[in-house]
Amino acid sequence: MDYYLNLINTIGIHTLLGLSAYILLLTGQLSLAQAGFFAVGAYSAAVLTVIFGWNILPAIGLAMLITGFLAFLVGFPALRVRGLMLVVATLAFGEFVRMFFYNLKWRVTHDGVEVGPDGTMGFSEIRYFAEHGWTSWEVTSLIWIFVIIVMALIWWADQTRSGAVLRAVGEDELAAGTIGIDVTVVKVAAMTAGGIIAGLAGSLYAHQITMLDHHAFTVLLATFAIAYPILGGVSNVFGTLVAVIFIQGLLVEGLRFLGDWRMLLFGALIVVVMNLKPRGLFDSQTLQWIKNVLRLRFFRRLS
Amino acid sequence: MLEVKFLSKNFGGVKAVRELDLAVNAGDIFGVIGPNGSGKSTLVNLISGVFPATAGQILFQGQSLSGLSPHARVKAGVARTFQNIRLFPGLTVWQNLWVARNSVEDARAEGISYRWFRRSGPFKNEIDAMLEFSGLAHKSDELASNLAFGEQRRLELARAAATKPRLLLLDEPAAGMNQDEIGDLDMRIRHLRQQGMTIILIEHVMELVMGITDRIVVLNFGSKIAEGEPAYIQKNKSVQEAYLGQPDGD
Repeated sequence: MDYYLNLINTIGIHTLLGLSAYILLLTGQLSLAQAGFFAVGAYSAAVLTVIFGWNILPAIGLAMLITGFLAFLVGFPALRVRGLMLVVATLAFGEFVRMFFYNLKWRVTHDGVEVGPDGTMGFSEIRYFAEHGWTSWEVTSLIWIFVIIVMALIWWADQTRSGAVLRAVGEDELAAGTIGIDVTVVKVAAMTAGGIIAGLAGSLYAHQITMLDHHAFTVLLATFAIAYPILGGVSNVFGTLVAVIFIQGLLVEGLRFLGDWRMLLFGALIVVVMNLKPRGLFDSQTLQWIKNVLRLRFFRRLS
Repeated sequence: MLEVKFLSKNFGGVKAVRELDLAVNAGDIFGVIGPNGSGKSTLVNLISGVFPATAGQILFQGQSLSGLSPHARVKAGVARTFQNIRLFPGLTVWQNLWVARNSVEDARAEGISYRWFRRSGPFKNEIDAMLEFSGLAHKSDELASNLAFGEQRRLELARAAATKPRLLLLDEPAAGMNQDEIGDLDMRIRHLRQQGMTIILIEHVMELVMGITDRIVVLNFGSKIAEGEPAYIQKNKSVQEAYLGQPDGD
């Protein structure tokens, strides 16, 4: 059972990570910094609960604020570059963060036991859930409550003028500027929101996995983050969720017997989808087709 | 209304606009014509802030526009359309106008919550009326990319007007249009002027320019070669030479 719960947790956490990239993708920014923000959220929240003994909810809240602020700061210089150069710049940032945690040592003694990030050895005593008697079900519920809240918020924002403005900037930056949209503000806001969500995902991850290792935050994770919304399309948030279930559930877990060869499939899948469906697997046309099929079935059953 | 003083723009060694002086009166429809490559579109890009000028000044209602980004110029009251239409193809027709409501008055009237966090602001009727006037009401929920060419032009004009500009720059709005569509465009431009907009019209379709403008400036190689009322421009020697080439002299 715990195996499946862990898989469901991973899907939830990766959905949040994918949604953080989704918001940026709406404004036309392809960011490989999301793994870095994820790591910052993970380490911040874990330091707060382990070293400072905070309750998990305020720890998650502060970790989100820290990550959001960092994303806000990264947003300005990152905006001076676009397209491929933005990918390179954000990739560099992600590696910078990873190397920072690779070197970070902050050991304190609690009740005779030394805890805290231990550089290359990782950060391995994040036992908040175990110490406070949370069951696996409760952990999964906590993660998915956050997933549902974030999905609902983004879905709702997409119906408002904010969503339309984000998409307008993503569609044509120059045209957006010449109708009075402050492109810089919109992009930095998207970067900040993306950072906050990646921070949330990271802080949940840290406590669910109980140990942090810099190897978890490599460019592979950053690639996953952008792969979800690219595969799922940016028509709506559910595409990202379906893409995560597909990649994590089917490709990574379902094909485990293939060993590391399945990562090859992951790469091939992205190449194929980008060629066949450049607007994502679930673009507006496909969604319309699915709706029509479902409606047909439904009416056939009625008659 | 708009004063352009000694304006120059160089692209590397190419002088696209050279030491240009212009003065546009409020309420006018001001024509800018000239052969291809004479710097007309560059002039629009300089006034709308798409790129900075190399030298010179642009004064709008007495205030300098230099250093302002495009969105700040829209807030100041300058809007434009593009020669090659630039809509938001993935947004619906209605949304294309919705995101363009960025004038200071609109922002103030709407308030933050309506402006950003509601499905449609208190100006829904106003946007619907604009679509009605543009003949696009029945396509309100279509994606802009699904519109026919003429409809896209009408939507782009409506989108620029939705920013409530005092000065509207039209960069070859009649390009690719047939006679009926040009007649329709003529009517729309006059209507915008009636609403209080000053208009700078860059155009190759002489029939439109000559019929509608109050004053015309003729550019050639980035410099002004003539300025005056349409009737004067039509008879001007140097204008004819710019378009047709110099007579051999025999």
